[in-house]
This record gives sequence, structure tokens and C-alpha cells, in this order.
Amino acid sequence: MTAWVEVCPVEALVPNRGVAALLGERQVAVFLVSPGDEVLAIDNLDPISGAAVLSRGIVGSAGDVLTVASPVFKQRFDLRSGTCLDEEGVAVATYPARVVDGAVQVSTG
Amino acid sequence: MASRGRRTLVIAGHGMVGHKLLEELVDRGAPAEWDVVVFCEERRLAYDRVHLSSFFEGTSAEELSLVDPAILDVPGVRVHAGDPAIRIDREARTVTSAMGRTVTYDALVLATGSTPFVPPVPGNDAEGSFVYRTLDDLEAIADFALLCRSGAVVGGGLLGLEAANALRSLGLDTHVVEFAPRLMPVQVDETGGETLRRKVEALGVHVHTGCQTTEVATGERGQVVGMGFADGTSLEVDLVVFSAGIRPRDDLARGCGLELGERGGIAVDDRCRTSDPAIYAIGECAVALGRTWGLVAPGYQMARLVADQLTGAADTTFTGADLSTKLKLLGIDVASFGTTEGGVDVTYVDPIGDVYRRLVVDPEGPRLLGGILVGDAAGYDTLLAMARGDLPTPAEIATLAAPSAVLAIPSADDLGDTALICSCNNVTKGQICDAIATGGSTKAGSTCGGCKPLVASITKVELKRLGQEVSDALCEHFDHTRQELFDLVRFERITTFSELLERHGTGRGCEVCKPTVASILASQTNRYVLDGEDASLQDTNDHFLANLQKDGTYSVVPRVPGGEITPEQLVAIGQVAKELDLYTKITGGQRIDLFGARVEQLPVIWQRLVDAGMESGHAYGKALRTVKSCVGQTWCRYGVQDSTSMAILLEERYRGLRSPHKLKMAVSGCARECAEAQSKDVGVIATEAGWNLYVAGNGGQRPRHAVLLATDLDDEALVQAIDRFLMFYVRTADRLERTAPWFEKLEGGIDHLRSVIFDDSLGIADQLDAAIAHHVATYECEWKATLADPVRLARFRSFVNTDEPDPTVVFVKERGQIRPARDEEKVAR
Repeated sequence: MTAWVEVCPVEALVPNRGVAALLGERQVAVFLVSPGDEVLAIDNLDPISGAAVLSRGIVGSAGDVLTVASPVFKQRFDLRSGTCLDEEGVAVATYPARVVDGAVQVSTG
Repeated sequence: MASRGRRTLVIAGHGMVGHKLLEELVDRGAPAEWDVVVFCEERRLAYDRVHLSSFFEGTSAEELSLVDPAILDVPGVRVHAGDPAIRIDREARTVTSAMGRTVTYDALVLATGSTPFVPPVPGNDAEGSFVYRTLDDLEAIADFALLCRSGAVVGGGLLGLEAANALRSLGLDTHVVEFAPRLMPVQVDETGGETLRRKVEALGVHVHTGCQTTEVATGERGQVVGMGFADGTSLEVDLVVFSAGIRPRDDLARGCGLELGERGGIAVDDRCRTSDPAIYAIGECAVALGRTWGLVAPGYQMARLVADQLTGAADTTFTGADLSTKLKLLGIDVASFGTTEGGVDVTYVDPIGDVYRRLVVDPEGPRLLGGILVGDAAGYDTLLAMARGDLPTPAEIATLAAPSAVLAIPSADDLGDTALICSCNNVTKGQICDAIATGGSTKAGSTCGGCKPLVASITKVELKRLGQEVSDALCEHFDHTRQELFDLVRFERITTFSELLERHGTGRGCEVCKPTVASILASQTNRYVLDGEDASLQDTNDHFLANLQKDGTYSVVPRVPGGEITPEQLVAIGQVAKELDLYTKITGGQRIDLFGARVEQLPVIWQRLVDAGMESGHAYGKALRTVKSCVGQTWCRYGVQDSTSMAILLEERYRGLRSPHKLKMAVSGCARECAEAQSKDVGVIATEAGWNLYVAGNGGQRPRHAVLLATDLDDEALVQAIDRFLMFYVRTADRLERTAPWFEKLEGGIDHLRSVIFDDSLGIADQLDAAIAHHVATYECEWKATLADPVRLARFRSFVNTDEPDPTVVFVKERGQIRPARDEEKVAR
């Protein structure tokens, strides 16, 4: 069974600017992507620099892929699959995210 | 004879041509068979003597060097600096140097260049008498000029006018004394000379033609006090530069009995061989085809020829060289090309702008034979190509005497493959196209630089032909350059990224265009950078208005204008650092950096700093960083102006101005330059009369000296000039382009920049002034603005769902302060 945890009200999210949530041992980077109003969540830890900063990256697109670029060295990560577009074999975990009654929820499995 | 089948080549002389020979030999793999020994008289190895005068515009000696250090490490190559060859023994085949080195040669090349001709008049060696040939000469002139009010140049030719420009830029009342009835008697005709004279005099330089110097008068201490002339008149000056011609240096040849030219110089055949088959001569010291060749292009041709001969690569001969030149002397265009004999004259005269252009045309054809251009050299490249036969001469050739009628550069499509594009390095259009197709390179544009616009045009056309479009678009989302986007935002009054994206872009944007547009919006509106949609556009450091470090923490830098700080401010900074256990360090920008701040600590730290009267230092922004200063006149016994006050004024004026890249400035209180202004985007150096303004210097990976923009400005004029320079750069530079590369690409260079800023040649001065005025009027410290607004403050947390700090941030102690723990240190805990 998926365990959903409430993270914040959806108004707390600025479109296309991430926030970080601490869920136990894990840090999750949550994004409200606009246009489309989709809520997406990936791991906050940047595997290349080792800093927990992906929530602070710039959201964009590369072709059809929705991306966030790590603020440290700018590698881009696919917000839906977690794959790194700029470094082969590198990826971050993704987490299911949804909005229920105006609250953003994330599941860490 | 050399051992192991290796032969020894000695090159006497390491100027531009001597070095070119060395490079060509290395390119052909000669060191595999030849030991190459080079004797260089000057303590500096080969440098660009063509652009020698740029030394007075801020170019450093290092930047003028032509020597790639790697060449000195090539096995078999030995270069001896400061050690000229002084004697040749042709029988023993040895060369002896000043320091006593003796080398046995299999082949010897003389590249000893020229020496300045100094008229044999009394006083020509007095203190304050100079020649204008080496960097040492120029440094000596610059030093001596500090004590002078006026100076004279003997010789009104090409080099003389450059020397006059140098004296003028050093602040001296300048005179040019020329023996012939007109200036530049070799390159221009009588009318051209008159036009040139008027233009030179319009700059405040006094011109004396038909004037023969008979003595340099000296004072009690043997120093220059004036000059006397053949007609009995005299002139009071403090400094004299002799630039009255050059004589080939043939002493070595004389000393060993080689055949000389009629008027000196080393006689050579069309393979540059002297009367001794083992000895060659190249460059200015050689007399080939009955004359000496005082330009670098024929010298380079001779160097290539000898390299071919020595390596057996080819049997090329010297057939003469194109003597076409296009120069800017004292800011005035002077050009001559082709021949002025054997045709009819088409003359264009503009008596208001003082322009004289004469084309000589063979009416059969018609065929352009040559021309002289004074005051406006527009279309020189096209006209030269026509005179060379690389382009057809159009039937309406007569109309092309007018500057506006000629294409600035020939259309790349019209030029054939054999068209010579770079005469200094002998590169044709075909060779450039080959290099583009194979990914190779040529040396086109690397010597005098005159052909660069044409090379760029050919490159673009050729790449397009090969199916490779050269795009200067910002990214996949915008098909525009930064400058174009800047203008679109301005003209269409666009206020958000979404609006710009909708009207002129595609997709969702990215980490390239978002910060670029954010910066453009900030430069034009000066609004808080994290409000509304802007919050999602900001790059790494602007994201939280602090400098992101490797571990996810931030550093904080309060502004310390001019580097001046009070004891109270020092204490306040110290106390915050102590209480929060931050790491402190002094920065190169004369201020203090505090490290180890987590996101949620930033407002806490800033509240303390703002309470102590401090404000954001914008260390995180592509914006003005600091204006460094020395203490100047206030305290220092050498200072001539109050550099600290000016630095503070400038820093408080431009703080917060967002730009394509960071901006750094400095103000020095005297010529000793303790604030290192010449390496800054904007550098100010005090003089007795005011301020000298230097621009477009950069540190970083490719350091560049700033270039002299204007001299002796008063406070007001200085500020206005900097206002306009900054806004012009902000409006037109590329993304992340610093001022040095921006300036290097600026068509028209320093002259264009001066005319934009001081003559309003683009008609935008009002806009530039207004933009800075707007910036000054609307400036607000963004940290103060953050602290005053709970909504803005709310953003500054590590986690949205808890006040817990980031558990991945771990510090250890080193030298009594914190630092981020390394991975192995984290595991150990």
C-alpha cells in the first residue's frame, strides 16, 4: 500500500520553482510545473555534486522532456523519469506526487 | 660539422621575421634534422612591433609577445635572449655572440632588422632624446614624459605619427617635425598630405613640414630644452623622439665581407641567399630586388621561402610584395594600395569632413590600378581586391571614390579561390575554405588583423554552403541573441518571462534562457528579483541571494564600498560570524566573506548586518561587485586625487546594476596603480588634471589589460563616460560575455567606443544616461527588501514541511574555523 505524506499546501508552491521536503531520512524535491499544473517529485540529492539542492534548480524543457538543472554544475534531470540528460548512467529516484484537497502529497513507497 | 648527421642552423635576430622563420621551420619538422640556435638581442623575445603603439592604449608587453612558450621546449631549438650575434667567421663557419657563445653553423640566417636613423645633429643623445623602436624605448619614453609638458617627434611618416599619438596620449603638447614638404611623403600624394595635415592639426598636434632639424638644444644638466631648425627658427620642448626612418642593420655582414646593397643592407638574390651560399638574409636587413622591404608581409614571405629552402620543401622565390597599407594614425584613416601611375584620376574630396580619396583607373576595361584614401578608408578591402584582380572592376568604378558607395567588405561569394585574403601570412580564400572543410586552421588574421572581418564573412558563407548554419541564437527556446531579446523587451515593454516566451519563444524555457531574461528584466526594471514569476528564473546564486557552496550552504558578503570599513562594522561582522560559527575570509575585492550559512540562517545573518548599517554586496549576482581603491591623496604621500571617495561614489552609484556578467572596477590615486585598475572592467587612474579612464579589462582564465578610453576627465565627465560605457555593454553584450571579449568583438574597436560615448555617434546617449538615472533612482538593497516583507522571507527555509536543518550539511574544524566535512569524515561520525 502506498503511504502518502502531506508536505505543504499547494499555494505554497511557486510555479516552476521547487521546494524541498524532509521525509524521514529522505529529502524530496517537489515541483509544480506550469503550464499544466502538474506536481512532480524527485530526490533532492544531486548525485554528481553530493549536495541536497535539486529543489533549487531551474525548471525547463529539452524538446518534450521536462527538466530541472542542478544549481551546482547544471546537469539536467528528467522530472518524470529521474534520468540525467547530461551524464550517462546517472539518475535520481522519482516519487509519486498528487494534490488532494489543496494539499500536496508525496509517497516514498 | 655537426655530429649524428644533424646540421646546425643559426638565426641571428629574433624579431617578428626571425621568429616567423623559427615557427615555419618547426611547422615543417626541421628540428628533426637541424639544431636551431637563435640569438636575440633584446631581453624580450619576439613581440608584435606592428602594434607597438598599442602599448600606450593599455596593451601589456606580455600581450604583445608573439612567442608560444611551447616552441622553446622543442628539442633541438635553443633561443638566447639578451645575447646578440656580434661576429661571423665565414671560413670557420662560426658565429660568436656578445656573451661569448660560439656556434659552428651549416647554415646561417641573418634577420637583424633595422635600426632607427638618428640625424647626426648635436644633442641627439641628450637626456630626453629617444628613438621609437623597442618596448624598452617606449617604457623609457613613458617614464620620462611624466616630467614633461611638451614633446616633438622628428619624422612625419607612419612611425612618426604613431609616436606623436603616443606623446599625445601621455598628455604632452605634441609637435611633429617633417623634413619633406608633406606628412607621410611615401604613402600619400600632395593633396592627401594636406588633408592629413589639417586632420592632425585638428587634434591639437602642431605640424611643421619642410622643416630640417639642425640641433637639439640642451640645458645645464644636459637635458633636452628645445630644437633648432635650418631656417633659423626654434622650438621649446622637453622631449624629442627621433622617428626619421630606419636603416638596415648590416654590421655582421660588413664585418665578414658579404656583399651589401648600394645604400647599405645585405644584398640577397631571389632565394634570399647572400654572396655566401651558406648565409641567408631576411626581413628589413635584406636588400632584395634592389630595395629593402619595411613591411612585415614581405619579411614573412622571405621567412617562409628560406624555411622551404632549408627543408627542401619547395623552391619558392621572392617576387616582391604588395605594399598596400591601411592604417589608423592619430585616429585618422590613411590607406594606399596598388600603383598610382599609368591611369586617370578619379578624386573625391569632402572639404567639410576633410576626406580625400583618389582612385587611379585604367580606362581600358576599366581596371582599377590603385588609390590613396585619407580620412575615410571605407571599402578598402573591396578596392584592394579589385586592384589585385581578385574582383572585377565594375563599369561604374568612378562612383566608388565616394566612401558610401563601396561595399565595406567584398562579398565572399564574388571572390575566387586564389584571391589573397591575408597578405601578412599569404593565405588565399581557397586555403581558408579548405581549412573550414577539413577542420584545420590557417594563420589568416593573426598578424595585422586587417583581414578579420573578411575572414569572418568568408567563414560564415562557407559554413552555410557546407550546410552548417552558424547560429547565435540563445538556446532552443529563443531564436534570438541576447542583444535582440534586450531590445524586444525594451521596445515591446515586455515585463515577464512568460510574455516574452509566448511572443518570441517556444517550449518552456531552460537554465540558459531563464537567467538571461531575468537579468534583462532586472537591468531594465530594477525590481526585486524574487517576486512572482521572477522567482523561478533565477540562476544558482540569485536563487537565494547568496553564493551557493559545494555542500549546499551559502556564503554572505556585505557591501564595503571602496574597501573602506569602520571599526563598528568590523565588530558587527565579527560578532555574527562568532555567534553563528561561520568561516570568515577576506576577498580580493577588498571585503569580507562569511561561509557556512544554511538557507534559513541567511535572513538571521542579514538582519544583523542591516542593523549595523550594511547592505547587500551582490557577490551572488551577475552585477557590479566592487570598486577597489587605494587610499589616495587623503593619506598617501604620492596620491594626486581622492581615489577612495571616487571609488565609494562609483560603487554606490552602480551597486545592484545587473549585467551580462560580473563587473569589477577600481580607482587608483596615482600612476603607481596600487588598486590594479588596469585589469578591471572599469579602471580609473588619477592624474594631476583629473582621471584617466580605462575599460574592458578582465581577470580570470584569460586576463586582459583594460584599454585607455579617455584622459584627464573631471569628476562629472568621468561618471558620465562610465554610465554610458556600462549601459552600452549591458545592452549589447552576449549572455555571460565579459567586457574584454565583448570589446574585442566590437567592430571599430576603441575608436567606435569613443565615438559612441563621447560623440553620441549612435544617437543613444540620452537612452543610456536615462537608463542609469533610472537605476540610481530605483535602487533598493534587496536584502533589506527581503527582511521587510514576510512573504519574501518565507521562502528562506531548507524544508517546506519542517524547521529541521539539512542533515547532509556537516562541518569539521580546521585552523579554528568550520569547513565542510569530506565524505570519509561524514561516514566516520
